[in-house]
Amino acid sequence: MNKVTFKTDLCKGCGLCEEACPKKIVKLNPDKLNAKGYNVAEVSDEDMAKCIACAMCARMCPDCVITVEKN
Amino acid sequence: MAEKVLMKGNEAIAEAAIRAGCRHFFGYPITPQTEVSAYMAKKMPKIGGVFLQAESEIAAANMVLGAASAGVRTMTSSSSPGISLKQEAISYIIGSDLPCVILNIQRGGPGLGGIQPSQADYFQATRSPDHGDAHMLVFAPASVQEMVTLVTDAFDLADKYRMPAMILGDGALGQMMEPVVFEDKEITPPEKPWATNGHENKRAHNIVNSLYIQPDELERIVKERFEKYEEIKKNETRVENFMTDDADVIVVAYGIAARVAKSAVRNARAAGIKAGLIRPITLWPFPAEAIKEKADKVKAFLTVELSMGQMVEDVKLAAEFKAPVEFFGRTGGMVPTTDEVFNEIVRLNGGNK
Amino acid sequence: MATVFKKPHALTDKPLHYCPGCTHGIVHRLVAEVLDEMGIEGETIGVAPVGCSVFAYDYFNCDVIQAPHGRAPAVATGVKRARPDRFVFTYQGDGDLAAIGTNETVHVGTRGENITVIFINNAIYGMTGGQMAPTTLPGQVTQTSPYGRNVATQGYPIRVCEMLATLDGVAYAERVAIDGVPGIMNAKKAIRKAFETQKAGKGLSFVEVLSTCPTNWGMTPKDAIKWLKENMESYYPLGCYKDKE
Repeated sequence: MNKVTFKTDLCKGCGLCEEACPKKIVKLNPDKLNAKGYNVAEVSDEDMAKCIACAMCARMCPDCVITVEKN
Repeated sequence: MAEKVLMKGNEAIAEAAIRAGCRHFFGYPITPQTEVSAYMAKKMPKIGGVFLQAESEIAAANMVLGAASAGVRTMTSSSSPGISLKQEAISYIIGSDLPCVILNIQRGGPGLGGIQPSQADYFQATRSPDHGDAHMLVFAPASVQEMVTLVTDAFDLADKYRMPAMILGDGALGQMMEPVVFEDKEITPPEKPWATNGHENKRAHNIVNSLYIQPDELERIVKERFEKYEEIKKNETRVENFMTDDADVIVVAYGIAARVAKSAVRNARAAGIKAGLIRPITLWPFPAEAIKEKADKVKAFLTVELSMGQMVEDVKLAAEFKAPVEFFGRTGGMVPTTDEVFNEIVRLNGGNK
Repeated sequence: MATVFKKPHALTDKPLHYCPGCTHGIVHRLVAEVLDEMGIEGETIGVAPVGCSVFAYDYFNCDVIQAPHGRAPAVATGVKRARPDRFVFTYQGDGDLAAIGTNETVHVGTRGENITVIFINNAIYGMTGGQMAPTTLPGQVTQTSPYGRNVATQGYPIRVCEMLATLDGVAYAERVAIDGVPGIMNAKKAIRKAFETQKAGKGLSFVEVLSTCPTNWGMTPKDAIKWLKENMESYYPLGCYKDKE
């Protein structure tokens, strides 16, 4: 399975990654805030299987929050 | 073997800078210092150096900032209105602790003023070289030979203390021709591990910066700089005492004014008046001690300047009201005559005896 | 497991201070990726401006100088003349480059200074809180054009790429936009080309990057990207304006 990891403490919840994801699996979690008070981006465990490791989310992220690994 | 040559002040200073290891000169034409640029333009390409005529004084000074950051000996020169434009970069240079040499061949002001000699940039050089709490080294040569010597010292001390050094000359010194000797001196600029010249993956990245957004941090850094200034005051203050041992009237003058004053002092001695001259060679740090020492021994100090009176304030502060401090000056490009200064000495002596 | 994407080495670990969705972070990363890919981080000196990207010295792992407002090209000139063997780039916003530093910008081009200039055009002054920039569009509302930029009294926006392309010393000038992932890939290609142009010693290489300022535009980051696409790209056409052989 491909793997997307988020340095959530760096996330500012801008949502640009959501928009970039062709599979629409990157989402801001409305129930999860980081220390800065932003709703953080994530991919749920069940959605991770749909990830194609295109890294569009990571390329769109202004804060280098996202690392993408391909299996 | 040291050679003796006849040279114009502006050209001598350029040659001295090259001999001091300066290979990066950034200039912009302005009277009466343009010969510096012209000399550099001719010489630098032949010795693998860089002469660049910038688009403005502002740009030239910022090129100096860049070259200094990269760790080389670098210099710019200008005259009064041009120095005002360079002040922005000078402030960043001070705030970033960068060494360089700046030459000001002063002309009359304010505004476009005139093109004749002046000493009216004393406040600018010593009090407010920029915005913010800061100083730079200020050297005041009084002859072409001294311009040469002081340029070398200016580069050395700028490197030693990581700060800009100014040679504060004037149109007369820049334009006059005098014999000058260039000593063959070994140039050994110090290592500059702080320079932004590419880390080659061998060290952490260097940063040249004057921005400190946390006030406590900025205060700490400014205070450290002022501790350095105290050390400089102790070690680098320079002054010439001429016939001051028994003097009743001491003239205080620097640069071109000091040459006039020295003649007047000689004439006064010939007329039986115990006159002397204190000539600051560094204007910052100012040789306050030399004046303080004499303050309770003289009838009066006479400050002579090519301005409406600027250094006179430093003389008054140094004299601490123990002796009267009087002023004689001409401005706008006018130079005091020996007779004018002589007459002032006679007056302050209480007559010709 | 192979890493497809991670933070480039030429960026430090310091969290960026930029507002959420600000595209400065993306352009920083693209420059850093190019330094990584060309293996030149250790031979590069960056020059940071005054404006939002003033803290760029904290973000790039190469040596960095913080320059006075608008003077980065002059500072970079000093560095390059002292160390012609090094890569030198400036990173400047529109106020810095196209207002207070126009003179330095033009003349670094006339001299054909062999450096790279990365120009962030987001049509507004960001750091000071959203005032009119030289690149603010006609009619665009800012703090100092509260009724919309009136060209009769406040003049017209400046198209820097087109202007610089007329100069003989400019070797490469291209305008790109952070308007989505394809735009980002394109921007990276341009930045790479700029550094390659410098490597070849051809003269000034210049990349204008249309960017967003969601906070001062008063939009969400997503809407800001849309606004950039719909409004800026018509006034500032993308493309290569100069590519000297």
